[in-house]
Amino acid sequence: MSEITTISMQKALNLALADSLRADPKVLILGEDVGTLGGVFRITDGLQAEFGSQRVFDTPLAESGILGMSVGLALAGYHPIPEVQFDGFAYPAVNQIISQIGRMNYRSRGTMPMPITLRMPSFGGLRAPEMHTESLEAMLAHVPGLKVVSPADPQQAYHLLKLAASMPDPVMFLEPKPRYWQKAEVDVTNPGNLQGARIAREGKHVSLIAYGAMVARCLQVAELAAEDGIEVEVVDLRWLKPIDTATVAASVAKTRRAVVVHEAPLTAGLGGEIASRITEACFDTLKAPVERVTGFDVPYPSGDLEDEYVPNVDRILFGIQRVLTYKRLGA
Amino acid sequence: MTQARNERLSTASTLEVPALALSSEQQRELYQLLETVRHLDLSAIAWQRQGIIPGYAPERGQEAAQVGSAYAMNRELDFIFPTYRELGVARAWGVDMVAYMSTHKASWHGGLYDPVASRFAPIQAVVGGSVLHAVGWAHGQTLNGPLNTSTDEPQPSGKYGVAISYFGDGASSQGDVHEAMNFASVFKAPVIFFVQNNGWAISVPTDRQVAGGSVAARAAGYGMPTIQVDGNDIEAVYAATSAARTHAASGQGPVLIEAMTYRRGPHSTSDDPGRYRSLDEERSEAGQDPVDRYAEKLQAAGVVDQTFLANALSNAQDEEEQVRAGVIALGSRPGQEMFDFVYAEPTAELKAQAASWREESEHV
Ligand SMILES: Cc1ncc(C[n+]2csc(CCOP(=O)(O)OP(=O)(O)O)c2C)c(N)n1
Repeated sequence: MSEITTISMQKALNLALADSLRADPKVLILGEDVGTLGGVFRITDGLQAEFGSQRVFDTPLAESGILGMSVGLALAGYHPIPEVQFDGFAYPAVNQIISQIGRMNYRSRGTMPMPITLRMPSFGGLRAPEMHTESLEAMLAHVPGLKVVSPADPQQAYHLLKLAASMPDPVMFLEPKPRYWQKAEVDVTNPGNLQGARIAREGKHVSLIAYGAMVARCLQVAELAAEDGIEVEVVDLRWLKPIDTATVAASVAKTRRAVVVHEAPLTAGLGGEIASRITEACFDTLKAPVERVTGFDVPYPSGDLEDEYVPNVDRILFGIQRVLTYKRLGA
Repeated sequence: MTQARNERLSTASTLEVPALALSSEQQRELYQLLETVRHLDLSAIAWQRQGIIPGYAPERGQEAAQVGSAYAMNRELDFIFPTYRELGVARAWGVDMVAYMSTHKASWHGGLYDPVASRFAPIQAVVGGSVLHAVGWAHGQTLNGPLNTSTDEPQPSGKYGVAISYFGDGASSQGDVHEAMNFASVFKAPVIFFVQNNGWAISVPTDRQVAGGSVAARAAGYGMPTIQVDGNDIEAVYAATSAARTHAASGQGPVLIEAMTYRRGPHSTSDDPGRYRSLDEERSEAGQDPVDRYAEKLQAAGVVDQTFLANALSNAQDEEEQVRAGVIALGSRPGQEMFDFVYAEPTAELKAQAASWREESEHV
């Protein structure tokens, strides 16, 4: 029997953490201000009160310390769920993430797995100060040994976080900040299929491929395009490592046109990776080159310029226009 | 210029180190370990010159610090977090030497021994990288709760298993080491920070590396007790580590030990120490050789004689023969292993990459 509630992503994440702490006594939450405060986004709200300060605890303010300590806790048999307060503050911990967390299972020939779920409020949309708004996904997805996932709505957030917290491998869990307060229905009893990508909306003229906060924006674009008779299919990638090429390719095989949308800078971003996979899988069926609508090769700008930087509805519609009107040479 | 090592014991220790009486049998065991490690270490340099292994990080001068400290730890309860220069620790702890040397043979990063079974973490190439892991593991012991003391067995080992993290004076400049010391003190984690201050971080001497007088002085600033010890004196190191272990195991939090040693010879087999110091300087600064020193002490005390020493050397030679043969016999790892250990749950994508590797490569 299904049990449906309408809650925000923030609440969904909080519930997922509570459920994970309840399900497995080895699950721990650690980070800056995650205890009494409940995290700056209140994702860990009430958890210390319920589970105690041994299981949910504040650390000194040092990201490498938090992640390095998590490695040791994992070696001692725990499943740490560290929080980095904002995506841009994971940079001081990159050494631990890449050279330790991503490699320990390998280095130890499978005897020291790293069941660590690193939660990071990610991406832009809050007009926040510098480094509070970043897109690390391509960097993380590039690192062997890590898995990377980003939920797009409360239902995905709840179930993907619970899944990550039960996996034996390190999962970088990128939470789209601007979606924290959006409410939607969550069926807590029915996770659905959490593997790979998911079709968030069906359509036949063009595939929009996105993840995180950009999924909601692409769904909005699809609504607008529908008014002009263009049926947009929206693919919510969810897993950024590994990328579910099959679902993406199946969508593009049907629509024969693809636009990848992300907030991160264009160069060496995931858009290039996805476009390349689509080209390999759908070269013969593509009616136009794969388009990318992304951020620019500039540091994430401050709030005033954020709307110019993050792909907006117009820029995505232009991207769709480009693939729809593409003419082959000589055709 | 750097002064002789023993004159640089500038910081008073803040943890009292009770005198420890070792039995003659233990002393002989310690000496045998020292001699074995010395011999294996020198041999490994020769193996590199002979092309048996591509590279090695020698530890001559650090044998007493390594063997003495490892000997003080509890093999059932504790966990060791080494760097890349811990042959002596590994040998004293009982790690299989061929599996240990395999990392220098370039067989597998981290070595081929089982780090969980041997309670000796994989060899670590990142300077300072594993110091925080030791703190996390140690905090895990605290979270596990005190060891079962309900039996009638005496519990000389204390309430908690203890992590010991080895690193150098150069590594002590890394931010991670400072984060680790701060975390350990805040959480009162049962961890020993064991610094082998061998005077050099490749070509940079300690006085260009460590501000604040000494690594121990910095640790004191994090509120933990410290011990500075003559790292050429194996029994002093053993006593210091035992005291630190007792402190940490009883739940009183971390201790930092700074063992003052001297890295004789090169940093690695590809280093040229002639570019940053002379052999005369090395002789005048190194202090007394830790192996010779212990031999003299034990001889003077009548614990060992010439025959024992000759036997110890011949045992070491026999062991070296075996390890050497084992290292030579190590074949290349099967290529498939490249893919096998990336994840506990490999992704379909990685499996596909492994499959195409198999298809496209001849050496299946
Ligand atoms: C993070 C990092 N930076 C640089 C290096 C290269 N490196 C290897 S050993 C070393 C010197 C380390 O000195 P110390 O910590 O005193 O240890 P020792 O080698 O003297 O035992 C350096 C710079 C490294 N391995 N890791």
